[in-house]
Amino acid sequence: MIPRIYVPGDSGALALGAEKVAKAIASELAERGIEAKIVRNGSRGAYFLEPMVEVATANGRVAYGPVKPSDVKSLFDSGFLTGGHHKRWLGAPDKIPFLAKQTRLTFARCGINDPLSLDAYKALGGLKGLQNAVAMAPADIVKQVTESGLRGRGGAGFPTGIKWKTVLDTTSERKYIVCNADEGDSATFADRMIMEGDPFVLIEGMTIAGIATGATKGFVYIRSEYPHAVAVMNKAVEIARKAGVLGVNVLGSPNAFDMEIRVGAGAYVCGEETSLLNSLEGKRGVVRAKPPLPAIQGLFGKPTVINNVISLASVPVIMDKGAAFYKDFGMGRSRGTIPIQIAGNVKQGGLFETAFGLTLGEIVDDIGSGTSSGRPVKAVQVGGPLGAYFPRALFDTPFDYEEFAKRDGLIGHAGVTVFDDTADMLKQARFAMEFCAIESCGKCTPCRIGSTRGVETIDRLAAGIEPEKNLALVTDLCNTMKFGSLCALGGFTPYPVMSSITHFPEDFKPAPARVAAE
Amino acid sequence: MTMQPASTEIASRTAAIVQDLKDLEGPLLPILHGIQEEFGHVPQDAVPVIADGLNLSRAEVHGVVTFYHDFRARPAGRHVLKLCQAEACQSMGSDAVAARVKQLLGIDFHETTRDGSVTLEPVYCLGLCACSPSAMLDGEVIGRLDDDKIDEIVAEVRS
Repeated sequence: MIPRIYVPGDSGALALGAEKVAKAIASELAERGIEAKIVRNGSRGAYFLEPMVEVATANGRVAYGPVKPSDVKSLFDSGFLTGGHHKRWLGAPDKIPFLAKQTRLTFARCGINDPLSLDAYKALGGLKGLQNAVAMAPADIVKQVTESGLRGRGGAGFPTGIKWKTVLDTTSERKYIVCNADEGDSATFADRMIMEGDPFVLIEGMTIAGIATGATKGFVYIRSEYPHAVAVMNKAVEIARKAGVLGVNVLGSPNAFDMEIRVGAGAYVCGEETSLLNSLEGKRGVVRAKPPLPAIQGLFGKPTVINNVISLASVPVIMDKGAAFYKDFGMGRSRGTIPIQIAGNVKQGGLFETAFGLTLGEIVDDIGSGTSSGRPVKAVQVGGPLGAYFPRALFDTPFDYEEFAKRDGLIGHAGVTVFDDTADMLKQARFAMEFCAIESCGKCTPCRIGSTRGVETIDRLAAGIEPEKNLALVTDLCNTMKFGSLCALGGFTPYPVMSSITHFPEDFKPAPARVAAE
Repeated sequence: MTMQPASTEIASRTAAIVQDLKDLEGPLLPILHGIQEEFGHVPQDAVPVIADGLNLSRAEVHGVVTFYHDFRARPAGRHVLKLCQAEACQSMGSDAVAARVKQLLGIDFHETTRDGSVTLEPVYCLGLCACSPSAMLDGEVIGRLDDDKIDEIVAEVRS
């Protein structure tokens, strides 16, 4: 058997030099006259170890990382093709603590094999969920998803099964499944990782959604900032079509389902579902008023299931192993697992899939191992640009939709950004308003104008102009935006702003006092 | 500087793209991406051709083109450098990275160097948030930017 060497082709690994490592390995193989196969797998998500190279040995996989191109020669000298010891040696990948502590259901296969090998996908349990689904009545599939307790992983947390039931109960001849892959929130990369590392699981999940609701056409709307994900998904759809996973007879059944990959054009607001639908239709990505719900009148006015990548990618395991299996993980009304993305100023950044319920402190201090700068943690933003900043005092908050809401926060798409004590929270609050002003679709006044007024008011605060009056004004403005905006962009921008003001009041003191305090 | 194609040539090349994609459901965004790939921007002269092909008004097409950050009104430099300025990168000093790159290139965001070598743009998240601060150069991703990597990038776009 010729040796197999795995070098991730995931964007995160590429950003850290995986391409150069792969090239160095290839030329070293040629130079030494060794025959071996280089497999470009996805990433397992331990980005602090990327580029993580793996070798298949007689005793299983052995990982090395983070590998630099300059390490390659010495890796060969150390006999890494048979798992030899080297300063980058990590041992069996699934024993690496960051990976061993996870509960991988949605990401079970991500990063292990060539993402475009359908055989490898099947060998690790792929398509079993779909095989079960094609033999079931649509209502039973919907029931199973409902009973699993799966809630929308895009951020809103709406029960997926209930959304599907609404679409199933409509009588339209044409229905759509739309996958929201416009993952624009900073700190989030779970959608990207799945699309680049295990694209067939998303295709399988969407196909199940189609069969469950009577929809025959799907669209994946991927942001243009993810060119690698777009390329992998396009190839995967082609392969799935040829293999009969997609098409007029899904897996030989009478069910028809096919899909297209569409690319966004740099508008953050298109991550909002109704704005995404407008964009798919070829319109300005302006938010639509609800009702009507997309489930009743969605894409091109037809009933539409619109789900996040992770929601859809979690469906195959539910259909394979059952609702009870999935539901057994988690706490309260947050069932199953959640891929937490640990990002920013953190020592061990990456994707950590686990059951709901870990505390924020466990995530940041234990799994993330604190800041990469080595300085104390000052604030953690959970849920992307529209999520609240939490101080250390709230580190006992369990990762759960309701528990975060109780503390005026949200888990959103489960991105966690760590900031050290050099962060200036007034600056962060200002950025939240500025970002909202840049990305507002302009349809509703609180968001369009409120965000610009917010930047101006925070600038006056920073300049020490009438601080009390301006602080009251920002608070009032946030209230208006929160309750008066049409969608989450304007409605949730107050979360980072108000949490900064509430938890870090010292950063909002007038300038002279701030200088004196330092 | 690159030669600008004549308006009749823009019209015929645009018409071919429209013809190719118009039967898709919701064809406008794919068409605009196709046009930008063809010309490096969405030329004014393409708008009436698209409008005609899709039975839309010019105003509708113009409205869509101008809504999205990606579509350019004029060609970019030979290289496009995007620096992530979102929160995760902020926590790792993306402000300082941007300031250094701007100083080295002598341009601000949304500007192109006078020799046309590079256009500098902010981007709000590349999904490389565990490898911050990050950038994208001509579609290739770069993580954990430091002074050395910045110098390398600047040298590459200047060469």
